[in-house]
Amino acid sequence: MSLNGSLDTPSSSPLEAQQLSGGYDDKRIIEAVNLTLVRGEWLSLVGANGSGKSTLLRLLSRILPTQAGAVLLNGKAIHTLPSAEVAKQMALLPQQQVLPAGLTVQQLVSLGRTPHQPWWQWDLDAKSLEKVAIALAWTEMESYRDRPVSELSGGERQRAFLALALAQDPQVLLLDEPTTFLDIHYQLQLLELLKRLNQQQGLSIITVLHDINLAARYSDRIACLRHGKLWAVGSVPSMLTPKIMREVFDVDAAILDTPVGLQICPLAASQTATAPSIPDLQIPNQISDPQIPGPQNQIDSSKSPTYADPSYADQ
Amino acid sequence: MQTISPPKSLAPQKARISPLLAGLALLLALFAVFALSITQGSVQLSWHEFSLALLREGDPRYQTIVWDLRLPRVIAALVVGSALGVSGALLQGMLRNGLASPFLLGISAGSGLAAVAILGLGIWQIWLPLGAWLGGVVTIIIVYLLARTGTGISVERLILGGVALSSLFGAVQSMLLLLSPDGQAQAALSWLIGSLNGRSWQEITVAGPSMVVSLFAGCLLARQLNVLSLGEDLAVGLGTSLMRSRVLIGLVATLLAAGAVSIAGLVGFVGLIVPHGIRLLVGTDYRLVLPFSALGGALVLAVADLLARLGPTEVPVGIVTAVMGAPVFLWLLHHRRRLAGGL
Repeated sequence: MSLNGSLDTPSSSPLEAQQLSGGYDDKRIIEAVNLTLVRGEWLSLVGANGSGKSTLLRLLSRILPTQAGAVLLNGKAIHTLPSAEVAKQMALLPQQQVLPAGLTVQQLVSLGRTPHQPWWQWDLDAKSLEKVAIALAWTEMESYRDRPVSELSGGERQRAFLALALAQDPQVLLLDEPTTFLDIHYQLQLLELLKRLNQQQGLSIITVLHDINLAARYSDRIACLRHGKLWAVGSVPSMLTPKIMREVFDVDAAILDTPVGLQICPLAASQTATAPSIPDLQIPNQISDPQIPGPQNQIDSSKSPTYADPSYADQ
Repeated sequence: MQTISPPKSLAPQKARISPLLAGLALLLALFAVFALSITQGSVQLSWHEFSLALLREGDPRYQTIVWDLRLPRVIAALVVGSALGVSGALLQGMLRNGLASPFLLGISAGSGLAAVAILGLGIWQIWLPLGAWLGGVVTIIIVYLLARTGTGISVERLILGGVALSSLFGAVQSMLLLLSPDGQAQAALSWLIGSLNGRSWQEITVAGPSMVVSLFAGCLLARQLNVLSLGEDLAVGLGTSLMRSRVLIGLVATLLAAGAVSIAGLVGFVGLIVPHGIRLLVGTDYRLVLPFSALGGALVLAVADLLARLGPTEVPVGIVTAVMGAPVFLWLLHHRRRLAGGL
């Protein structure tokens, strides 16, 4: 994080969200998020289910339109840029891939050159072919060139789609849950590959990751989302605290210092207001509550009626 | 918003034979059918008579047959067939749906309604091709407006809107047919089935040029279709504007289909089947699928029209394409299933 603070003019950030709000149709899921990606860093978006982390990524990649605020790509509002221009600077690996049958790895990765090709260019030029070859080399997919993508294993397939994104020659790479459908070996393999790209090529990366421990292990900074808002963002040690884990994930967790850095060990689901309430057996005084639980009562009192309330059961 | 992969049965394996060979074979077959179409019929011409007539020499009757009757008809078949083939391939690619045909989005219903109304009212019959063209285009514009979401055009809504308008206009059309006198219903029916009987240079010169331009424009959209086949999210990530590409592809497909309708009426099955057969032949790369669908569509419709003319009584070509099309379609599905290794 040596770059942090030294470059804080707007154009120095490859990707920035300013008061970004948005969601699906009229529903607003992300609310006024301010987030600045530092050039060359790996930022992970984490949060509980429904916290809006994938939605935020889709807003950043302009798959979803912003309802308010703006996304700046190298200082320019993304929605004012031509879409091919955006795709030259930023690539995306969606969570789920569509596999057109018969498409070979080479053909797939070649499509990554689309934003760089003028519309009349029927085939790849020499420069594009070279970029495709480089992308295949990085992802170690050269020997799979002529294999149909649909016949690859999950890990190989993910590398093929990563090669497609790399062929775009982007400065920023957005990945939505890239490890979800992979077993642990391929998860680590893919993230190690991303780390090399990040460190050796200076690729700025944003990942949405379910697994907080993988996020802690590989990313430079972590952004925690909660109910569509940016709850906290910072370095891995500053985010991996019992307090933040409780606030963001509703878990009581221990923080362990391991050979791969700080990791969390979840101990128990926290007893919070949002957790489903177990029939409350500790309030016998409610049983003798003289109030008759009419409709008014039910709305007014958040505690009653409980399942233990016999008068409620009688109704 | 999640994208799912298209069923395997809709997307065949890679090319079976080299594209060059396939192209040569198609061109050769086209040439053979072209020659047969001009020489065969109720009056048979020998090669000698044919070549003389083609050079505007020899028997004037033969010259008339070749130049005024058969040549425009064959060319009409080639243009209409290729337009339907490319239109179908464009829509199947854009909607990522193998059941898409040029008529899915309601163009048949709109054109059919306009045609039946014109024939039923008994006025402006000269304007039938133009009226049918307009009916189809207006219907698709309505379908596109219905499919508009806040920010783009939804594929699901396009299909649903097309189906809904089709059934609505179909009902009105049936009612008009029931109310109209026999003779008019007959004329309308032959148009609704699709026929190339008696097509002259006039129809071709009116609709032809724009269709040829649209054919080339359609082929230029191939790379967009290839990107769209990766799903919406990735297509956006690769710099495609979904809105723009859907409008553009829909526009070209509509111009092609409406032009075809204005010449030949509602010829079914060509636009549905040809792209399937072509994908089986050359694979899924739309840079090949689109031009080959043009060749394939032209070939299929020319063969169908030849068959329609050669029987003891001439039948509308739409009946031939339907009769040929249904079994071929089933065979293709079966064949593909075998290739894909079960599904």
